[in-house]
Amino acid sequence: MQALYAQLLVGLINGSFYALLSLGLAVIFGMLNIINFAHGALYMMGAFVAYFLLNLGGINYWWALLLAPIIVGIFGMILERTMLQWLTGLDHLYGLLLTFGIALIVQGVFQNYFGSSGLPYAIPEQLRGGMNLGFMFLPIYRGWVVVFSLAVCLATWFLIEKTQLGAYLRAATENPTLVRAFGINVPRMITLTYGLGVGLAALAGVLSAPINQVRPLMGADLIIVVFAVVVIGGMGSIMGSIITGFALGVIEGLTKYFYPEASNTVVFVLMVLVLLVKPTGLTGRAA
Amino acid sequence: MPDTAIAEAPARAATGGNILQVRNLEAWYGESHILHGINFDVNAGEVVTLLGRNGAGKTTTLKSIMGIIGKRTGSVKFNNQEIIRATSDKIARMGVAFCPEERGIFSSLDVRENLMLPPVVREGGLPLDQIFELFPNLKERLNSQGTKLSGGEQQMLAIARILRTGASFLMLDEPTEGLAPVIIQQIGHTIARLKKEGFTILLVEQNFRFASTVADRYYVVEHGKIIDGFSNSELAANMDKLHTYLGV
Repeated sequence: MQALYAQLLVGLINGSFYALLSLGLAVIFGMLNIINFAHGALYMMGAFVAYFLLNLGGINYWWALLLAPIIVGIFGMILERTMLQWLTGLDHLYGLLLTFGIALIVQGVFQNYFGSSGLPYAIPEQLRGGMNLGFMFLPIYRGWVVVFSLAVCLATWFLIEKTQLGAYLRAATENPTLVRAFGINVPRMITLTYGLGVGLAALAGVLSAPINQVRPLMGADLIIVVFAVVVIGGMGSIMGSIITGFALGVIEGLTKYFYPEASNTVVFVLMVLVLLVKPTGLTGRAA
Repeated sequence: MPDTAIAEAPARAATGGNILQVRNLEAWYGESHILHGINFDVNAGEVVTLLGRNGAGKTTTLKSIMGIIGKRTGSVKFNNQEIIRATSDKIARMGVAFCPEERGIFSSLDVRENLMLPPVVREGGLPLDQIFELFPNLKERLNSQGTKLSGGEQQMLAIARILRTGASFLMLDEPTEGLAPVIIQQIGHTIARLKKEGFTILLVEQNFRFASTVADRYYVVEHGKIIDGFSNSELAANMDKLHTYLGV
C-alpha cells in the first residue's frame, strides 16, 4: 500500500507541473491562437533563472518564485513583440514552427554552456524533511509543490473567469477587433497575456528545480506530455487544463503502480481515445 | 415607460456645432476598393442616417470612421481632431462608440459581463438604472449567457453597453435588422430618447420607414460615394428620387 500512495504522490506532483504548464499553454492558445512549442524551453529557463539567482546573486528560492516568472515573462513578452505578433491571422502551423525553432535555439544555447547533465538546486531549508502521515511518508517539499501549484492554478482561473480583466481576455479571444473598438488596447493585452502564460511555465520550472535538478532538456522531456494534456482537456479551456493536468498525473502514477510498462504511454492512449470520442477535448468548445 | 430620468439628465450637446467631418474618405478590404471618396458632416445632437442598397459602402464608412478597416485614406475629423491614422482604441477613448451590425455579443460572457465590458472612456455615461429603464428585459436576464438572448434582446444589449461608456457620438449599424416590429418600435423610442438626451447618432439603415421616424438628415451612399443628401423636412419632396436610389 505504501508504494501505491508513493506513486499517487508522484502522480500529483507530475500533475502539478502538467497543470501549471498546460494552463499557460491554454491561456496563450486562447488569446493568441498560438500553439506555443517554446513552453518547455521557457519552463527550463525558469529553473535556470532560479539557479543563477541562487548561485550568482545569492537570492534564495522564495525570491526566485517571484523573480524568475517575472524575468522569463519579460523575455516572453519580448518574443511576442518582436516575433509572434507578426503571425496574427496566419495558420497555426506558422506559430508552431516558429515557437519550435525558438525552443531548439534556447535549449541549444543552454546545452552549449551547461551540457546535458543536471545542476543541483537545494530544497529550501524551511521545506526540508517530511511528515509521517501513518499510511505514508510525505516529503514536505513535494506536498508544498502540490498545494502551491493548485493555489496558483485556481488564482489564474479566478483571474480569467471572474474578474473584469478576465472578461476583457475572454472577449478578445472571441472578437479582438470589437474589443479594441471599445477602447481596450488589445495588442498590449496580448503581450501581457503571453507574459502571464510564460510566467506560469517559469514558475513551474522553479518549483521543479529542487526535485528534478536543473537541466537544459528538462522542458523538452515534459512538453510532449503537456501537449497531450492540453488536447485531452480541450485547447483553450482554463479549468479543463487544470483538472486534466492533475487527473492525468494521478492516472500516470496509478499506472506506474498497477502496470508500470504502460506508464509512459497511458497519457497518449487516453489522448487518442478522447480525440476519437470528443475531438474538441473533454471541456473544449467546438470552434 | 417613464421618461423622467432621461428628461432630468443634462443635455449632452446642443444641436449645431460640427462634431464629425468626413472628407474624401477611401477604404479598401485587401485589394477591393470599397469607398471612393466619401464626404459628409454630422452636427452635434443630430441623428444622421446613411441610406443605400446592400454593398453600397455604408457599413464600411462606419468601420472606417471607427478605425477598424486596415487601409483607409482621406480625412476624418472628430471634434476637429484628425483621427484617420488613429487606432480604434484611441478613437473609442475620444468618445466614439460603435454598435456593429452583427451585434458582437460575446458568448463566453454573461449579460452582465457583456454590459460592463466596454470601459468608461469619459464622464457622462448613462448609469445602469437608466439603462435598465430603457431596456428592462436586460435587468431580468443579467446572469444569462449573452448569446442565449433573443435577437431583440441582443440588439438592446449591444446598444446598452455603449451607453455606459460616456461616448457622445454613437454609430449604430442596422440596429433593426431581422427584428420583430414591436422591437423595432422600442429601438426607435430609444434612439429618440437618446437624441433628446443630447447624443449624436450616425445610423446606417436599410429600413427607410424606421429611419424616417428618428433621423434629422439623410445621406445616400452608392458605389462607395455619397450621391445625395437632404434633411427630414425635404423628405417628402425627395421621395421619388429616394425610391429610385434604394430600388424600392
